[in-house]
Amino acid sequence: MPEFDFAQPTSLNDALDLFAADGEVRALVGGTDIVDQLKTGRRNADMVVDVKRIPELQRLELTDDGLHIGAARNLTDIAEFPPVVSDYRGLADSSLLIGSWQIQNRAGLGGNVCNAAPSGDTIPALLSHDTVAVVASKSGTREIALSDFFAGPGQTVLQKGEILVELVLPLMQENSASSYLRFIPRNEMDIAVVGAGSFVQLNPSNNTVLKARIALASVAPTPVRARAAEEVLEGNALTDDLIEMAAVAAVESATPITDVRGSAEYRRELVKVLTRRTLGICRDRING
Amino acid sequence: MTTETTKGKYNVIGTRPIRHDGYDKVTGRAIYGADIKLPALLQGAVLRSPHAHARIKSIDTSAAKALPGVSAVITSADFPGAHDTLIDLGEGAINFRYASNNVMAGDKVLYKGHPVAAVAALDKNTALEAAALIKVDYEVLKPVSTVMEALKPGAPIVLEDLEGQDLGEKIDGQTNQANHIRHEFGDVEKGFAEADIVIEHEFDTAMVHQGYIEPHNATATWDEEGRVTIWTSTQGSFPTRRQTAGILRLPDSSVKVIPLEIGGGFGGKIPSYLEPVAAILSRETGRPVKLLMERTSVFESTGPTPGTWMSAKVGVKNDGTITAATADLRFDAGAYPGSPVGAGMMCVFSCYDIPNTRIDGYDVVVNKPKTAAYRAPGATQAAYAMETVVDEICQKLGMDPLEFRIKNAAKEGTRRADGPIHPIIGAVETHEAAKASDHWNTPLEKNGSDGKLRGRGVASGYWFNIGLKSAVTISVNEDGTVALTEGSTDIGGSRASIAMMAAEVLGIPAEEVRPHVADSEGIGYTDVTGGSRTTYATGYAAHDAAQDVVVQLRERAAKLWDVEVDEIEFANGSYQSKSDPELRLSHKELASKLGSTGGPVIGSASVDPEGAGGAYSTQICDIEIDPETGKTDVIRYTIVQDVGTAIHPSYVEGQMQGAVAQCIGWALNEEYFLNDDGAMVNSSFLDYRMPTSLDLPEIETIIVEVPNPGHPFGVRGVGEVPIVPGVATVANAIHDALGIRLRTTPMNAGSILAALKAKK
Repeated sequence: MPEFDFAQPTSLNDALDLFAADGEVRALVGGTDIVDQLKTGRRNADMVVDVKRIPELQRLELTDDGLHIGAARNLTDIAEFPPVVSDYRGLADSSLLIGSWQIQNRAGLGGNVCNAAPSGDTIPALLSHDTVAVVASKSGTREIALSDFFAGPGQTVLQKGEILVELVLPLMQENSASSYLRFIPRNEMDIAVVGAGSFVQLNPSNNTVLKARIALASVAPTPVRARAAEEVLEGNALTDDLIEMAAVAAVESATPITDVRGSAEYRRELVKVLTRRTLGICRDRING
Repeated sequence: MTTETTKGKYNVIGTRPIRHDGYDKVTGRAIYGADIKLPALLQGAVLRSPHAHARIKSIDTSAAKALPGVSAVITSADFPGAHDTLIDLGEGAINFRYASNNVMAGDKVLYKGHPVAAVAALDKNTALEAAALIKVDYEVLKPVSTVMEALKPGAPIVLEDLEGQDLGEKIDGQTNQANHIRHEFGDVEKGFAEADIVIEHEFDTAMVHQGYIEPHNATATWDEEGRVTIWTSTQGSFPTRRQTAGILRLPDSSVKVIPLEIGGGFGGKIPSYLEPVAAILSRETGRPVKLLMERTSVFESTGPTPGTWMSAKVGVKNDGTITAATADLRFDAGAYPGSPVGAGMMCVFSCYDIPNTRIDGYDVVVNKPKTAAYRAPGATQAAYAMETVVDEICQKLGMDPLEFRIKNAAKEGTRRADGPIHPIIGAVETHEAAKASDHWNTPLEKNGSDGKLRGRGVASGYWFNIGLKSAVTISVNEDGTVALTEGSTDIGGSRASIAMMAAEVLGIPAEEVRPHVADSEGIGYTDVTGGSRTTYATGYAAHDAAQDVVVQLRERAAKLWDVEVDEIEFANGSYQSKSDPELRLSHKELASKLGSTGGPVIGSASVDPEGAGGAYSTQICDIEIDPETGKTDVIRYTIVQDVGTAIHPSYVEGQMQGAVAQCIGWALNEEYFLNDDGAMVNSSFLDYRMPTSLDLPEIETIIVEVPNPGHPFGVRGVGEVPIVPGVATVANAIHDALGIRLRTTPMNAGSILAALKAKK
């Protein structure tokens, strides 16, 4: 691995100073992605900054305005946080799928997001929850809707000197639920051939869908929302037929490629299957 | 479950002592190849080709050499140019000139990952930086990746100087066909004419890698006297010595190989890749040089097992008697000749007694890494073709697949299709044990949860096993323990099994034998740990060396008691006078008196036994498939195997289970996935997709013991045959679940779903 400088700041201000410095500065949380990328030359760094000791980046708190998750908080903590266990279940589903137990104990949610892999498992779950990214630099903070956060494979809209501080998921409403499923040919230690995260909010009086969010992984250069499928659902009663129509519509949002992990045709088929299954799980979870 | 035919027969054999190297391995004390540290050690790096096929127009190493900290940069120009000599490594042969070319490319690169230059530097980062500064000017050529493409007229030519052979005749002009051989017996046309049912199919299998966890490594010194010392993890210090010496054009005796612990090999650590390169870097720098591969290079630049095109045709009468069979096996050798197609031909029909057979085998070069042995090399592919055709025949006949195999089984005296007559073998006993198993007698519920579909498959396989040369010495310590020195590097618990055979002869516990794997100057010539030969042949040597100790200890007892040697008998671990029951000493007591009766006793043996004895395995597999995604889970697996005599049943079971794990991966997911430029794109454990522990059921083992008359304890090789039927077993289970026959590997989720859609 090429040599680089290394820092472990304990305050956000110190970290922002480091990220503002000249050269390529990379954040380290669990290291699952960045260490391998530095070793194999897929990313480079003049300095690596371990951001795990910054209090703001370890936040895990439910407040009046939503669920706040610091960018360096590990996946196990998140998946075991009671509000996540009870309400943000798609996020728990996805956090517990990444790597192995050991990796989940170390890997940070912000790392999965900022790595911006098309296959990032937590991203569809976060997108289905209308998550907002809070980013900071020396010139201040700004909020970016997560659906605007990704610029391409491995690319985000973060500017030089900016880091992701936290992700904010809006408060869950009554009669809503989320779910995430991915397909891998093995049972662990693999990357999604296709991932699907769904969120559904129902009107309990007539079983119609008040709000639907569906996001897909590994079918486009970035994780994508399946907006056509969401439109199929919203305003209509959540029947098996409607779920099937939404599953078929979700395929429209997928522009997969053929690669070692699966063919484009196979991925389109999986989009349909996984969308159908996650919507069914949302319905089951709402009906409790 | 064990069929205890050895029960009560032995004191040590058949028990399960803790392996002698166990504590070192589980505590991390064991020294592997990457652990070695020497004074003034330099670190090396190898620059490898990004192209699958290209001509090297020039290599400019000046910038790399100028980098501070760099001690040497070498290319093929620094190699002596090895002779055109074919040598047998025990499990596959190599030509030195091609082997030299494989470790450092000459005028062409023949596969992605082919080495083109190497660097030695003060540290690894500098070596890597220097390697990146080497400028190679390539003329990129069109690659050829599969057997059938390579055999087409006008295909890109991999080796311009290859002299191809076809049925003993030299092929005119340039070709990728290194060889075409045939075994023919009886009259296959007549045999097929007598058949009521004839089934024939074609198959394609993907190239797959052994996937051992430890990457290749080598550290070398080249001293002032021109002597080379190599530290490496290898399946054989003597074969590594021979390859290194041959490539460096040194006498074998100028090279010493010190084997370190090995993190898996499965045949892949027989060829040398880094050793000659490290030696030349040491020659250039005057310092020891260490080279370590990373995983990408292990996949791209070492020896996987071939991708193939095959066809198999079998004719049977309505009563289930096989009348004739033919097979055409075309194996990709990788970039240089020498695929294991010959071994595949030896195994393809060898579960059966077939009166009329013809087997064609083609060895074909392609732009992929040179293949190496992988656990019963060539037999797994061949069994995939044969055993899935047999399954279809059983289905057509409405005949129980185990009954069919028992009816047609090869037995003692059956002629193997390639010529040899089977000695005592355990095919029938293996099938019978499968038939009696709990698994076979437990009906499978065909519908799983959530709409999943289940199926059961069965298949059988054969591997011939080999003998070859082994040496063992045994030194008796004064406390009665013995030090056992062997030349077989231990890849599967062989220290334990070999020590146990010596202990059995000497009448002492296994723990009182201290086995030690010596370097190439510390023990007599010993062939490769491969071919399932180690427990057989090195165990044979241990038996004979222990007998030699017994002979000498009888002499010492005679001397001690002043009687004739013939007066001394050895029984139940004691040396005693035939005429005077008072004169009796245990091994331990006699050992304490060696100092006063002529000094230490050392027993030794060097053997080259010929009765290796073939082995059979029959396997039963239950799978569950999600018909919406095509995902397959193996939910139950039973392996039945004739092992001759299980010396240490735990390591026998370990071999059986490990092989099943490998063939489940081979069947369902593993493949060399090449892009349009012929370059492997999945050279990581992430995308190569070997099974993890969560992808495997508890693998049930049934040991069958039909002792091999060619070994003093009845040992048959156990390491290879367990992989042979596995891919076919999974394929037959997929058919049982879905009614679909997949004849291409891997049979992954995407291909299962595509086949399901095509069926609708």
